[in-house]
Amino acid sequence: MSPFRCLESPIACLPRANIDTDQIIPARFLTTTTREGLGRHAFHDWRYDAEGRPDPDFVLNRPEAAQARILVTGPNFGCGSSREHAPWALLDAGIRAVISAGIADIFRANALKNGLLPIVLPEAVVDTLLAQPRLRLKIDVAKGRVYWPEGESLPFVLDAFSRTCLLEGVDELGYLLSQHEAIAAYERRHEDAAHVV
Amino acid sequence: MSTPRTLFDKLWDAHLVRPESAEAPALLYIDLHLLHEVTSPQAFAELAARGLPVRRPDRHKATLDHSTPTLPPGPEGRRAWATREAEAQVEALRSNCAAHGIELFDWDSGRRGIVHVVGPELGLTQPGMTLVCGDSHTATHGAFGTLAFGIGSSEVAHVLATQCLLQRRPKTLAVTVEGRLPPGCGAKDLILHLIGRIGVDGGTGHVIEYRGPAIEALSMEERMTVCNMSIEAGARAGLIGVDDTTIDWLRGRERVPQGAAFEAAAARWRQWRSDEGACFDREVRIDAGELRPTLSWGTHPGQVLPVDGHLPPAAPETVRALSYMGFEGGQALAGTPVDVVFVGSCTNGRLSDLREAAAVLRGRRVHPRVRMLVVPGSEAVKRAAEAEGIDRIVREAGAEWREAGCSMCIAMNGDVVAPGQLAVSTSNRNFEGRQGKGARTLLASPASAAAAAVAGCVADPRPFLGLGAAPSVPAPAFAHEVDA
Ligand code: SF4
Repeated sequence: MSPFRCLESPIACLPRANIDTDQIIPARFLTTTTREGLGRHAFHDWRYDAEGRPDPDFVLNRPEAAQARILVTGPNFGCGSSREHAPWALLDAGIRAVISAGIADIFRANALKNGLLPIVLPEAVVDTLLAQPRLRLKIDVAKGRVYWPEGESLPFVLDAFSRTCLLEGVDELGYLLSQHEAIAAYERRHEDAAHVV
Repeated sequence: MSTPRTLFDKLWDAHLVRPESAEAPALLYIDLHLLHEVTSPQAFAELAARGLPVRRPDRHKATLDHSTPTLPPGPEGRRAWATREAEAQVEALRSNCAAHGIELFDWDSGRRGIVHVVGPELGLTQPGMTLVCGDSHTATHGAFGTLAFGIGSSEVAHVLATQCLLQRRPKTLAVTVEGRLPPGCGAKDLILHLIGRIGVDGGTGHVIEYRGPAIEALSMEERMTVCNMSIEAGARAGLIGVDDTTIDWLRGRERVPQGAAFEAAAARWRQWRSDEGACFDREVRIDAGELRPTLSWGTHPGQVLPVDGHLPPAAPETVRALSYMGFEGGQALAGTPVDVVFVGSCTNGRLSDLREAAAVLRGRRVHPRVRMLVVPGSEAVKRAAEAEGIDRIVREAGAEWREAGCSMCIAMNGDVVAPGQLAVSTSNRNFEGRQGKGARTLLASPASAAAAAVAGCVADPRPFLGLGAAPSVPAPAFAHEVDA
């Protein structure tokens, strides 16, 4: 994972509530055994028509969205399945941050593990963003703030551990492996607590 | 006296390798991890890239379900793979399990099936455990007083390598269901109704504990149906405390201790309940007595209606769903013509579900307009259903009887609803395109699904179950030729 400190980018707006993981990446594209190459299927059924041609009206197909690294969407983004293919597809499509008034739990966890930053802002703020599709925003991970072009800013919640992982580009597996002693001690204490055969 | 604790508190505390701190989330020990072909290949690749072994192969069990065809193999043993990729994915799990010494419930092992059906039926899912799977419906296992939740593929790698996960303590939500379910209403109606009440994000950040008289009266299979759809309300997990129903269901299962050892385990398992007076962060109460057979009408599982209800009017929050579904605001749900009926999935693919559908189908014919698929949740469910003749009832009604798997629930295995078709399905998600691109889904109980199959349209299942007035089935002119 590469470090993620600051990001400045135009936003792409998808003003819909409850965007589920089946929209982000439909199940028929989950037969892959790798993480790569899913970007072309992101929002597939909204992005392409029945013949597979890009729908010019869909926000991510518009020329101004080509540079967008920040996706702004309606509440409860990422609900549905636990497929990590959803953040993989978004990242592969160039998105590094998602701003919403609510982000589903598993999607949020999956996103952070891959360096995709989930940002929850108040609904009224997100609604104003959704009305300004050409806006540029700046995100500062260390400060935990989103900056508007005029210099105004708002904080967002990001726990210390996730922040460190993003800033340093480290992943959780390395940390977990470093806890080997504590895990072994737990196993010795609980050897027969749970019965698995 | 110590402070009363919720079931969740007990499960969480018992599995803490390290509590949460200002710097890091809690380190939670995972007793059992279940794997399937779709979300695991990238995790095994991660282990391979780092040269890591699986820490405890005995605590991982794998099955094949999502991308497996449900048609029986052809004459040369060839299976009807949807794509070559799907076949490669299944082969990848088989070879990963072999390489790491993980037990796989393989083709024709007699144990294969949907991951959330096989865990409980083998007795692998036991009270007091932490259990995870790279699948959001892992909440199903919470019916056993098990802390069970879905994880992503990175976390699958974490559990394989360390048997632990980094987790933040969720909040608790008590859903107390008073009263009794009326005749003709089941667990599926209850959970759909609840999601309609609290919303598709009503449980976000929470673990739900279902309790109260109506929950205690449910069978284990019904409890699994309820817990299964916790994620559809956004919850991390669903839980139900252990009681006699739990213990009786587990006794004699293949992977639980047997004889005296079982009774000793059962005595320990009984502690996995919330204490009297335990505090939850939130509480919701519903009265089961109010329920009617319930179906979804829109494009998320919170958009639900009683079968005799009318769709909401067109409004900013409904217009998109109405237009995708091709419905008018205010129209009646009952009587809507149906093209496909699917009975199966980890929500309603267990023996009691198939019995419920068969009770409606017995002696009747599926409407000529309708294609109906009945797909057992596991090879064991299929065997048990065939032993009681359910397969015959299904076939004689003109429906297809398939091999175990996820099938049309996720439509990545060749079982697909065609664009524009309307399906009544016993699965758990009605998202746009969930059952195939452009497919439209109404979620329902097995009885409602079977009633729709016979009537050719959305119909109240109660008359088909001998409750209330006789069912209105289409005139004989439309019916198939009935087998002699
Ligand atoms: S039956 Fe459906 S919801 Fe259940 S595990 Fe399979 S795909 Fe997921």
